[in-house]
Amino acid sequence: MLAPLSWLKDYVDIDITPQELEDKLFSCGFEVEELYEVGKDISKVVVGHVLTCEPIPDTHLHVCQVDCGEHGTFQICCGADNVVAGGKFPTALVGATVYATAKDHKTVEGVMTIGKGKLRGVESFGMLCSGVELGVSENMYPGAGYNGLLVLPEDAPVGADVKPILGLDDWIFDIAITANRPDCQSIVGIAREIAAVLEKEFKAPALDYTEDDVTIDGFKVTVDCPELCHRYSAHFVHDVTIAESPLWMKRRLELVGINPISNIVDITNYILKELGQPMHAFDYTTLEGDAINVRRATEGEKITTLDEDELTLTTENMLICDGVKPVALAGVMGGLNSEIRETTQNVLFESAKFARDNIRRTSRAVGKSSDSSARYAKGVDEYATVMAMKRALHLIEELECGKVSKLHVDVNTGNSVEPRELTVSINRVNAVLGITVPNEDIVRIMTNLCFEPKIDGDTLTIQIPAYREDMEGYQDVAEEVIRMYGYDHITPTFMPTAQVTVGGENTVQKTEMRLKKALCATGAHECIHYSFFSPSDLDLLKLPEDAPERHAIRIMNPISEELSLMRTTLAASMINAVMRNQKKGNLEGRLFEVAKKFIPKELPLTEYPDERQTLCVAVFGEKESFFTLKGIAEKVAETLHVEFTYANTTKTFLHPFQTASISCNGEEIDYLGKLAYDVADECDLRTPMYIMEMDLEILSQWYGKKAMFTPLPKFAEEQRDLAIVVDKNVTCGEIESTMKEACKYITNIKLFDIYEGAQIAENQKSMAFTVLFTPKDEAFTTESVDGFVKKILKQLNKKFAAELRS
Amino acid sequence: MNANLEQIKQEILAGAEELNSSKEVYEFKKKFLDGKTGKIGLLMKEMKNIPNEEKAAYGKGVNELKAWALEFLGGLDEKMKAKELQARYEAEKIDISLPAETTAEGNLHPITLVRNEIIDIFSGMGFEIYEGPEIETDYYNFTALNTPQDHPARDMQDTFYLSPEFLLRTQTSAGQIHVMEKKQPPIKILSPGKVFRSDDDATHSPMFTQMEGLVVDKGITLCDLQGMLDEFVRQIYGEGTKTRLRPSYFPFTEPSVEVDCSCFECGGKGCKLCKGTGWIEILGAGVVNNKVLENCGIDTSVYSGFAFGIGIERTAMLKYGINNIKMLFESDIKVLNQLNDK
Repeated sequence: MLAPLSWLKDYVDIDITPQELEDKLFSCGFEVEELYEVGKDISKVVVGHVLTCEPIPDTHLHVCQVDCGEHGTFQICCGADNVVAGGKFPTALVGATVYATAKDHKTVEGVMTIGKGKLRGVESFGMLCSGVELGVSENMYPGAGYNGLLVLPEDAPVGADVKPILGLDDWIFDIAITANRPDCQSIVGIAREIAAVLEKEFKAPALDYTEDDVTIDGFKVTVDCPELCHRYSAHFVHDVTIAESPLWMKRRLELVGINPISNIVDITNYILKELGQPMHAFDYTTLEGDAINVRRATEGEKITTLDEDELTLTTENMLICDGVKPVALAGVMGGLNSEIRETTQNVLFESAKFARDNIRRTSRAVGKSSDSSARYAKGVDEYATVMAMKRALHLIEELECGKVSKLHVDVNTGNSVEPRELTVSINRVNAVLGITVPNEDIVRIMTNLCFEPKIDGDTLTIQIPAYREDMEGYQDVAEEVIRMYGYDHITPTFMPTAQVTVGGENTVQKTEMRLKKALCATGAHECIHYSFFSPSDLDLLKLPEDAPERHAIRIMNPISEELSLMRTTLAASMINAVMRNQKKGNLEGRLFEVAKKFIPKELPLTEYPDERQTLCVAVFGEKESFFTLKGIAEKVAETLHVEFTYANTTKTFLHPFQTASISCNGEEIDYLGKLAYDVADECDLRTPMYIMEMDLEILSQWYGKKAMFTPLPKFAEEQRDLAIVVDKNVTCGEIESTMKEACKYITNIKLFDIYEGAQIAENQKSMAFTVLFTPKDEAFTTESVDGFVKKILKQLNKKFAAELRS
Repeated sequence: MNANLEQIKQEILAGAEELNSSKEVYEFKKKFLDGKTGKIGLLMKEMKNIPNEEKAAYGKGVNELKAWALEFLGGLDEKMKAKELQARYEAEKIDISLPAETTAEGNLHPITLVRNEIIDIFSGMGFEIYEGPEIETDYYNFTALNTPQDHPARDMQDTFYLSPEFLLRTQTSAGQIHVMEKKQPPIKILSPGKVFRSDDDATHSPMFTQMEGLVVDKGITLCDLQGMLDEFVRQIYGEGTKTRLRPSYFPFTEPSVEVDCSCFECGGKGCKLCKGTGWIEILGAGVVNNKVLENCGIDTSVYSGFAFGIGIERTAMLKYGINNIKMLFESDIKVLNQLNDK
């Protein structure tokens, strides 16, 4: 919120520097996001009195002798058409800073420093300035908008700094207001806080006015939706003269970023900023039926707002209507049909409290926001609603732009704007803080905040002004006390009254971290991707219409379609990550992610979905293969002290003959495989990629499994190398499990060679294994091991017609 | 006879001149000293043909020759081996300035690294780690945290809704409620996790990571909050780092504070990192609002608590000097490679 220092000073005496005030505001909970002087870029510009002004022949320039009082008299060349001897103009001395303008003399192009110059051979020691060059608009100073020199008043003291004259010495505070303090979304609200923190008197704005006898018989206000409109007051003002607002008002509006329009409209905007209460003014002659009716719009009802936009409404939107038609979209914008025009003679002022949430939703739904809707969305209080109407009527009189009638209608839901009493225990207030704030300090602080404190023993009784809707209990009092008393009074302690607790991660968390570290050891980098993905990602995975992955939770209000579905697989994000890497020329690497998949039980959600912790690993590059990724899978198994088994499977986005399902103890935990060529091509991958997903929810049942010590064999182990010739389609896994079934002494089988070619028959392959036999109760003899081998070969022959390679 | 011995000796001396390797020495030695076939060995076999009276002298002569040959050829062998070892070393001379060979290891994500660091600190203070669901109900994310439907604080966060009731949690504070519903004090939990807000620019990501801390016990005060945070910043940013509390607002804490720590770059003197203020905003915190405790059935006449929430990305970005939050989610291997704690 923008607050000019000069405006704040209307309501509280501020005798400290702007920077000191910034610190004070910061300390009591109001962060000043930006603090700047209005004329921050202007320096060394003084009142200059042009003594002589002679035209320079053959040019539009004049050469002037300019008296700058204590600074001296300088020769200055000037091209403006209104330079004249005897006139007083802002004069930038050598070394001054002013705004540089483009050739049009209107567009500011940065800040320039004035130096000694020579124009058409004539020396010049300074510059006479226009309003634009000083950053002063017509609204800030009359005549400043002229495309020529800004003319200073005749009584301006020669040589004096022009900044105070032009209002450039004012300071603007851009203050962040927290959501619990909507009452501070105004100049007066901030001034109240400043008064409290500086321990100065708060000077309330003038609210007095005189009503005449004029009224409109039969005029009535009805509120059909009291749940959305908590208070509605209307006041009739007649004999209005629409004109420009006075300079002081225009200047203030300009300083807070509002463009002045006309006195009546400016009054409503002025009050919005000063008191934080949105107001509206209707041209009364456009209202029919001498009535105001506040109601919900009907479905499909239309209104044209004063920015000439036709809106279609629903019953969730609130309308202000006259006796016949809608005249304003409540809290958001007035209707075009009832706006204030130059010809307006009678005005109906509205000051109302509308439900903040309704205005916020309407504003969003119709895509229209205004200073009013933004203010309503933060919440207004009825204290300000009542005050604002009085202030508006006061300003009507002050600006002498109309007459205040006695026609005032106030419809309310019975809320009081009187203070309410709150009683709290001082001990409990101190217990929140952990320090004992002396009672006299509590009383002082509460008094400064206008809470009228009374202390009786441990009991503090305060009167809460109606604008402090946030004050509810002792914790709120504690906050008020400490923010004014100062957080530097808090003395750090380390929970002396707390019990000892056992901290740390649980088994699942610890195991996942071990798993991540093990994956890092294989050369994989951990990555984190968004929990949402795109419908096009499901297409990238070639998933059919009925694939379970397509049963994804949709975000109702996504940032974009690309981020609109909750992930049902981590594969797509991973493929995209590899694609991004390859685009950047990273052609090999290993990545993994541990994150949740979101599996809804039904859509739309009616209960918590299944959030399944999932591991996704990708390897890519010419050196990678199905087996390097399988090695990483085995690393996972080793880390968890479990065993995985693999079976051929297919996935729509993977190579049909290089894809396996992974199982642990008979339970399938997902897949690994090579990315299908069509998918890889779609992603412009230049090197092969392999991907794996594992459901960690299933694996988590094995977390915490310890590696157990098996006693070393008492007798010597025996090892045999067996080369077996079988049909090409027989797998290594099949042979290994058959061997193990055939002999219980086998403790390890390792494939060390595969051969296909001239030395053996077509459609056959030779596989060479090293088989380890471990004795149990007695030592092996050569004969016993030979017997095992015989049995194994017999079994292999029976099952696969396998022969020992000769 | 002695002439024969002398001849052999000369033969050895002459032959030795020709020897160039330990292997040749070995073969040469065998030629003379092998028990069965060596020339000196054969001399011993001649003994039976030697007249008895000459046997002693002959034997002595042969033995002397044998001892000499052993010593002489042994020495030669040693010299040869030393020479060969030297040659082998020389042959294996390397350019030690060639690049090192390493096994490529991956890195944990910077967010995980920061998360682990913070978890370590708070685990030591007795905090349990609790991870709640990413998809929450409106009740747990807002209502139970004293943020009813029309509360102004809902404007502070743009929420992703999945249904009228379910949403993507906007804060890990949602997890507080789950814990307090199940457990009576003493409670000390730290709740890390992903949170979601509809924001997307250089400093905002629609998904980011928070770490929420909660303590509920008897007699917990604002002083305890600052004491614990002082300890935290000292451990994470180094000795001498201090905290500063300043008033703020969160619906679920009262009083609420923003916590700044003295700039760890300049020590508080003012620098680019702290924008000249000497302080860096690190987290939001406060005394738990009674309404929140009451919503969870905790007796506020006995118990009180404090809560704090840390943005992990911000901490990671400060720590690693990353200026665009998006970089953390792009998985560029060249970036990930640089960010490690090894």
